[in-house]
Amino acid sequence: MTCNNCNGKNKLLPPESYGQLDTYIETLHISRDNPRCKDTLIQTLHKAQGIFGYLPEEVQLHIADRYAISHAEVSGVISFYNFFTTTPRGEVQINVCMGTACYVNGAEKVLQEFQRVLGIKSGEVTTDGKFSLESLRCVGACGLAPVVTINEKVYGKVQPAKVQEILENYLVESGEEETVNA
Amino acid sequence: MVNLLIDKQPVSVPEGTTILDAAKKLNVRIPSLCYLNLEELNMVNKVASCRICVVEVEGRRNLAPSCATPVSEGMKITTNSRRVLFARRRLLQLILSNHPFNCLICAKSTDCELQRLAWEFGINTQRYEGERSSHAIDKSSSALKRDPEKCIMCRRCETMCNEVQTVHALTAFGRGFDAIVAPAEMKPLVESNCVYCGQCVSVCPTAALTGVGYIQDTWAAIFNPAKKVVVQVAPAVRVAIGEEFGMPAGQIVTGQLAAGLRRMGFDAVFDTTFGADLTVMEEAHEIIERITKNEKLPILTSCCPGWINFIKYHFPKLMYMPSSCKSPQQMTGTMIKTFYAQKMGYKVEDVVSISVMPCIAKKYEAGLPDHQSNGTYDVDFVITTRELAKMLKEVGVDLRYMPNEEFDNPMGESTGAGVIFGATGGVLEAALRTVYEEMTGQILENVDFTAVRGLEGVREASVDVNGRTVNVAVASGLGNARKILEKIERGTSKYDVIEIMACPGGCVNGGGQPYCADRVETVKQRIAGLYEIDRGQEVRKSHKNISVIKLYEEFLGKPGGHKAHELLHVSYT
Amino acid sequence: MLKIESYPQLLETQEQLKPKLAIRLNGHQAEGTERMILVCGGTGCQASDSQKIVSQLNGLIAQNNLKDIRASITGCFGFCEKGPIVKIFPDDVFYVEVKPADATEIFEKHILGNEKVTRLLYEEPISKQKMETQHDIPFYKRQQRIALRNCGLINPEDIEEYVAIGGYQALAKALTTMTPVQVIDEMKRSGLRGRGGAGFSTGKKWEFARHYESPEKFVICNADEGDPGAFMDRSVMEGDSHSVIEGMALAGYAIGSSQGYVYIRAEYPLAVRRLQNALKQAREGGLIGNNIFGTGFNFDVDIRLGAGAFVCGEETALIHSIQGERGEPGTKPPFPAQSGLWGKPTIVNNVETLANVPIILTKGADWYNAIGTATSKGTKVFALAGKINNVGLVEVPMGTTLREIIYEIGGGIRGGGEFKAAQTGGPSGGCIPKQFLDTPIDYESLASIGSMMGSGGMIVMSEQDCMVNIAKFYLEFTVEESCGRCTPCRIGNKRMLEMLTAITEGRGTEEDLIELRNLAEVIGDTSLCGLGQTAPNPVLSTLKYFMDEYKAHVIDHRCPAGVCQKLLRYQIIIEKCIGCTACVRVCPVGCISGSVKKPHTIDQTKCIKCGACMTKCKFKAIINN
Ligand SMILES: Cc1cc2nc3c(=O)[nH]c(=O)nc-3n(C[C@H](O)[C@H](O)[C@H](O)COP(=O)(O)O)c2cc1C
Ligand code: SF4
Ligand code: SF4
Ligand code: SF4
Ligand code: SF4
Ligand code: SF4
Ligand code: SF4
Ligand code: SF4
Ligand code: SF4
Ligand code: FES
Ligand code: FES
Ligand code: FES
Repeated sequence: MTCNNCNGKNKLLPPESYGQLDTYIETLHISRDNPRCKDTLIQTLHKAQGIFGYLPEEVQLHIADRYAISHAEVSGVISFYNFFTTTPRGEVQINVCMGTACYVNGAEKVLQEFQRVLGIKSGEVTTDGKFSLESLRCVGACGLAPVVTINEKVYGKVQPAKVQEILENYLVESGEEETVNA
Repeated sequence: MVNLLIDKQPVSVPEGTTILDAAKKLNVRIPSLCYLNLEELNMVNKVASCRICVVEVEGRRNLAPSCATPVSEGMKITTNSRRVLFARRRLLQLILSNHPFNCLICAKSTDCELQRLAWEFGINTQRYEGERSSHAIDKSSSALKRDPEKCIMCRRCETMCNEVQTVHALTAFGRGFDAIVAPAEMKPLVESNCVYCGQCVSVCPTAALTGVGYIQDTWAAIFNPAKKVVVQVAPAVRVAIGEEFGMPAGQIVTGQLAAGLRRMGFDAVFDTTFGADLTVMEEAHEIIERITKNEKLPILTSCCPGWINFIKYHFPKLMYMPSSCKSPQQMTGTMIKTFYAQKMGYKVEDVVSISVMPCIAKKYEAGLPDHQSNGTYDVDFVITTRELAKMLKEVGVDLRYMPNEEFDNPMGESTGAGVIFGATGGVLEAALRTVYEEMTGQILENVDFTAVRGLEGVREASVDVNGRTVNVAVASGLGNARKILEKIERGTSKYDVIEIMACPGGCVNGGGQPYCADRVETVKQRIAGLYEIDRGQEVRKSHKNISVIKLYEEFLGKPGGHKAHELLHVSYT
Repeated sequence: MLKIESYPQLLETQEQLKPKLAIRLNGHQAEGTERMILVCGGTGCQASDSQKIVSQLNGLIAQNNLKDIRASITGCFGFCEKGPIVKIFPDDVFYVEVKPADATEIFEKHILGNEKVTRLLYEEPISKQKMETQHDIPFYKRQQRIALRNCGLINPEDIEEYVAIGGYQALAKALTTMTPVQVIDEMKRSGLRGRGGAGFSTGKKWEFARHYESPEKFVICNADEGDPGAFMDRSVMEGDSHSVIEGMALAGYAIGSSQGYVYIRAEYPLAVRRLQNALKQAREGGLIGNNIFGTGFNFDVDIRLGAGAFVCGEETALIHSIQGERGEPGTKPPFPAQSGLWGKPTIVNNVETLANVPIILTKGADWYNAIGTATSKGTKVFALAGKINNVGLVEVPMGTTLREIIYEIGGGIRGGGEFKAAQTGGPSGGCIPKQFLDTPIDYESLASIGSMMGSGGMIVMSEQDCMVNIAKFYLEFTVEESCGRCTPCRIGNKRMLEMLTAITEGRGTEEDLIELRNLAEVIGDTSLCGLGQTAPNPVLSTLKYFMDEYKAHVIDHRCPAGVCQKLLRYQIIIEKCIGCTACVRVCPVGCISGSVKKPHTIDQTKCIKCGACMTKCKFKAIINN
C-alpha cells in the first residue's frame, strides 16, 4: 500500500540487501488472498534486521509492500517487540541480563559499570557507533548469573571489576583504542 | 435463548449477547467507555480495554468486562456491588491520572464521554498523581488534529480506521504505559495514508481526535470590513444542526439556518446544493459520454474527497476511473470566486469563501493546490456543523427561534436531487434522474430510485436506458468501497456507474456532524429528513434548476464544455 | 539414515540402536572397556566454551587412536553454575567447571591413567568434601528426573539416541493401538497439569479441543519461557527436543490436528537450532510428516520466533503473535480450545508439559499418578537461583517441601546467611517467608500462601535482600512488559510502581501502604489478562509477610537490608578508623576527608551512596544504616 508521502521515495540502503531480503520473502509464498500469510511477518522482520542491522522506515515500507499490508501495521508490530530496533545498534551489542537470577546477583551494578565505562546509558549507542548497551530479561543461563551477552557470546558470572577487561577484547579486535573512557 | 439473572432480575436473551446488552434490556445501565456497537454500520469495538464496565459474575474469580463477556445459561450477575463500584471508581481515577485536566479549554467539553463519566461518578479529587504520558499534538494536517495526551486507549479509532474503513492509517504503537494509537512510526498524519474521512473523530470518546478548527479565522473574516464573506452550507447540515439546539435528529432547519447565518454577519449565504446540481450536470454529461462510448467504465463518483483520497492511496492504478468533476463544495467555491465575484464586481482577493460541512475531508480538500482561482483558494475555510453550532451559540442565535429565510441568489436555488447528495445513494439517484432524461429524451415520472437507498453497505440496481441495461451500485464506508474496487481489479465487476461515499451512511454521518448517543438511529433520521426535503421540492431534477440553467447560459457554456471543464473539473495525475 | 515406516520397524530399530546407549544406561554393570565422555552442550556450558572441550577430547582420542571411547555433547545437567560439566561413563565421574585447557589433563589422567582429576571434582560447600560421582552429589540425590529424563544422558542432536532410549514409542503405540479418546483418558487419569503456570489439567484441555468440530485444529508448544530466572524449558528443548516434538504429535493425534507450531523466544538461539535440527531429523525419519507409522495420521511442526515480549507467553497473545500481529492478549472466553489460531480450535501447552507426555503414555497413567500429591501429580522442575549454594535446575516430586529443596538439594543459603524468603512463580508469584518452609509444594498449597507455582522459577533470598525492593523489581518488570491494552495494568501498575519507588526512596507515606493494597485488589480484579491479574502478587505477598520492612522504609526511612540506595547513610565509625585513606582514594565524588592516621569523615551532602568506600575499608570502619 502506498501513501501520499512515501510513495516513490528513493531507497538509500543497498539494493543487494533488498535483493537478499526479497530472495527470502520469495520462499514464503505470500499471497494477498491468504490472510494467514502474515504468520511469517515476524520471521521476516528478524531476517530483515539481520540483513540491515535495523528496521528503518524504508525497510518497513518495503516489507509492508511485499505483504500488501499498511505501513502502520508493520510499524505497530515492530514497536511492540523489544527485539526490533528502528535505529542502528552498535557494532558490538552488549546486553546485560536483568532477569531475576541476575538481578539478585548484582546485575544492576554490572549495568552501571558498563554505563560508566562506555559513557552511555542503557539503550544508547556510543557516538562512534561501536558499542550499544541494552538490558534484557534472561537468556536462560541463569546458573551463571549475572550474565552479559555480547553479540552472540554469553559471558557468565560477570563482576563489575571484569567489565573493563571484557570490553578490551572488543577494542583490541578492531585495533582501536581510546573509545572507552575509564 | 439464554436465561440469566442480573441484579436478581431474570432476563432472557439470544445466545452470544453480551452481559452489557442483556442488562440494557432490563434498563440496567452499565457504564462503558471503550465499547461501541454500531451494528448497521458494521462497527463493533470489543477490545475491552477500559474495564469500566466490569460486573460481578457468581463463581468467577475476578470481575468480568460486561461488554465483552457473552451471557451463559444460569449466570448470576451483580452490577452494583461495593466491589464493582470500588473497582470502577478506581479505574476511572487511573484513567484521569493520565489525562490533562483541561476540560475548560477542550474542544470536546460537554460532548466528552470521559468527562460525563467523571461527572456521573461524582469524582471530586485526583486520587493518583504520577507520570503522565507525553506526546506532542499533531496539527500537521489542515483537517484532523490528534492530541494523544487525551487518548484513553479505547481503540475505537483503530477499529474504525482499520476494520471499518480499511484505511489502516492507525495502529497502537509501542507498549505498556507509553503505548499510544498513532500513524506508522508516530509520524504526523500528513505523512500517513490517512484519507481524512473523519470517522475516527466521530467515534473518539474524548478530544484525542478532533477536526482542525477554523472558528476564529471565520470570525476574523466576518469582522474584517474589507472582506466580502460568503458562506455555503452543505445539504447534510440542515438535517443535523438542529440537534445542537435540542431538536430531534432529522429536523429540517434549512430556512432557520439561512437566517442564522445572516445574523452572524455573512455577506451572502449560498447553498452547496446548488453546487450539487452543477455536479450532476457535469457528471451526467461524463456518464453519458462514457456509457455511449463504452469506455473507462465503471465511472466512479467523485464528490467525496475522503473517498478520492482513498482510491488515490490504495488503488492508484484505478485513478482513471473516478469522474473528473469537482465536489459540490469546490464547484460552489469556484463559482463564488469566479462567476459571483465577477458578477458583483468584487476583487477575488476581497472575497472570503467559507463552507459549512458535515465533513473533515473537505477541510483537507479545500487546501489542495488544484482548488484555486486567480491565486486564492476557492474555499478559504471549512467549518463543520459542530463548529457552526458553536458560533451560532456564541452570537446568541438559537435556531429554534429563527424565522425561515431563503438562501441568496444566484446560488441559492436548489433541487431535491441536490439535497439528497447528503445521504448514501443520493448522488447516484440524482445523476440517474438526469442521465435518464438526457439519454432517453423522455420524462422520468417516478424519480425515486429506492433500490439505491438505505444503510446497507453495498446496494445495486439496474436501469434500462434506451434498451441498454445500466448497472449501478452504491457503497458507503470505505471498507465497502474496497470490496467493490477489488472486484473491479479482478475484473468481476459488472457495474457501469458506482457511487462511493467514505462515511458509512454518507455525509449525514460525516466526521463533522454533531456527536450523538445513538448513532445508527440518528443517521437514519437525518437521512429521512433529506428525503423529506426532496419529496417536498417542486423541482427534483438538477437539470431543471433554473439558476443552474442560467449559469450555463450566462457563464459556463455547455456542460462538459471547455469553460465548464476548466472550472469544474480536476485531473488526478 | 533412519527411516521408520511402522511400529514394528521402530521397535526393531531401537533394538539395533540400543548398544549406542548401553554404556550410559547400565552404568556400573557394563561389561568391557568401552567408555563414553559426555560434555554439557547447554547454553550455560557453551558460554564457557564446552564445545571446545568436546572437540579437544575427540582430537586427543583420535590422536591416540582409541577406539572404545568417544566424547559427545549432551543436554543441560541442570547444574549450570558449576559448568561446564564433563561426565565420564561408566565411572559416573562428574567433573565441574571444566575449561578447555583441562581437556588434556582429563584425557591423560583419567582416560589414559584411570585416575581421577580431583581438582575438577565437585566440592560440597559446607563439608568441603570432594564428591567423586554424580550419585554422591546432594544436588542430585533427591531429584527425580522425568521431564529432564534425557537431559545429560543422550546427544540431543542425534535422533538415533532418542530412538535408542525408546523415543517415539509412545506415539507409535498411541497411533496403532489407542483411539484419540483413549489417549485423552490416559492423560486425564495421569493427573498431569499444565506446567506453564495455571496448572490446568492437560487431558481436559485436550478434551475441550477435541470436542469442537473443525476441519482444522492446531497444537502450539509454548516455548516462550518469559519468566526471568527460569530456564527449564530451555534445557528441555536444548537437551531433549524430540520429547517435545513427540508430545506435540500425541496432542495432535488426541485433538485431531495435523499442524503444530513451536513458539520460541528469540533469546534462545541454541534451543532454536536444536529444535530445527530435531524437526529435520524427525521429518526425514518419517516420525513426523505424512502417514506416520503408516497409520494415515499426518502431523508436522513449524517454528515461530518470538521477538522479546514477555506477554507473548500468554496464550492468546502468543496466538496473535503467530498471526503476525502485535502480541496483545485477547479476552477469554472464547478460549483457544474453541477459537484459537485463525479462529480454529487450538491447544497451547508448555514445553515441560509436553515433554512429560510421551513418558506418561509409555509408562502409563498409574505410574505417573503415583508420584506427587493428591491434587498435583508427577514432578516439577524448578530453577533454583538467588542466595543459594547450588544454583541450577532441579526436578522433584510434587509435595517436596521448600526446606528440602533449599537445604538438601540447594545446599542452603550462600555464605551461610539466613533464609528470608523464596520467591516462586516469577512476576506473577509471591514471596514465601520462613514459616512456610515446610509446606509441601503443589499448585494449591502455593496459592494458599499467596504465591504460585508459575513456571518454576524459585529465587531464594536472604537477609541481604530488601523485600520492598524485590516487590519493586517485579513490578518494574510487569510495567515494562505490560502490553498497554487495559487500564488497570497500563496505568494501575505504573502508579503502584511509583508508590513503591517513593517508598524505597523514603518518600512513601502510610496512606501509600493502604492505597497499594487497594490498587492491587482492583488491578487483580479487573485486568484483562493473566499478566495484569497477577502483577500485584509480589506486592501483596510482601505486604502481608514483610509489613515491618515496609514500615521501616516509610516511618523510619530506613532499609533494614541496606539495599535501597537512597535510604543508605554511609558513616565512618571513629573508633575503628585508623586513617589509612584507602576510602578517600576510591570515593568517586571525593567526599571523604581527614588527615592520615586520623579518623576520617564523610560529607553526607555530597555522598552518592555508591558503597565503594565500605567495600574498600579493611577495618570495617564504614557502615551503612
Ligand atoms: C503473562 C503471562 C506469561 C506467560 N508465559 C508463559 C510462558 O512463558 N510459557 C508457558 O508455557 N506459559 C506461559 N503462560 C501461560 C500460558 O498462557 C498458558 O497457560 C500455558 O502455556 C498453557 O500450557 P500448559 O497448560 O501446558 O501449562 C503465561 C501466562 C501469562 C498470563
Ligand atoms: S477530553 Fe474530555 S475529559 Fe479530557 S479535557 Fe477534554 S473534555 Fe475534559
Ligand atoms: S465546572 Fe467548575 S471548573 Fe468548570 S467552569 Fe464551572 S466552576 Fe469552573
Ligand atoms: S480520518 Fe479516516 S483515514 Fe484518517 S485516521 Fe481517521 S478513520 Fe483513518
Ligand atoms: S484516539 Fe480517541 S478513539 Fe482513539 S484510542 Fe484514543 S481515545 Fe480512543
Ligand atoms: S461521505 Fe461526505 S462527510 Fe464523509 S468524507 Fe465524504 S464528503 Fe465528507
Ligand atoms: S493485563 Fe496488562 S498485559 Fe494483559 S492485556 Fe491488560 S495491559 Fe495487556
Ligand atoms: S558511599 Fe560512595 S560517595 Fe559515599 S562516601 Fe562512600 S565512596 Fe564516597
Ligand atoms: S578505609 Fe576505613 S580505616 Fe581507612 S580511612 Fe577509610 S574508613 Fe578509615
Ligand atoms: S536471569 Fe539472567 S540469564 Fe536468566
Ligand atoms: S466498556 Fe467494557 S471494557 Fe471498556
Ligand atoms: S548448561 Fe551445562 S549444566 Fe546447564
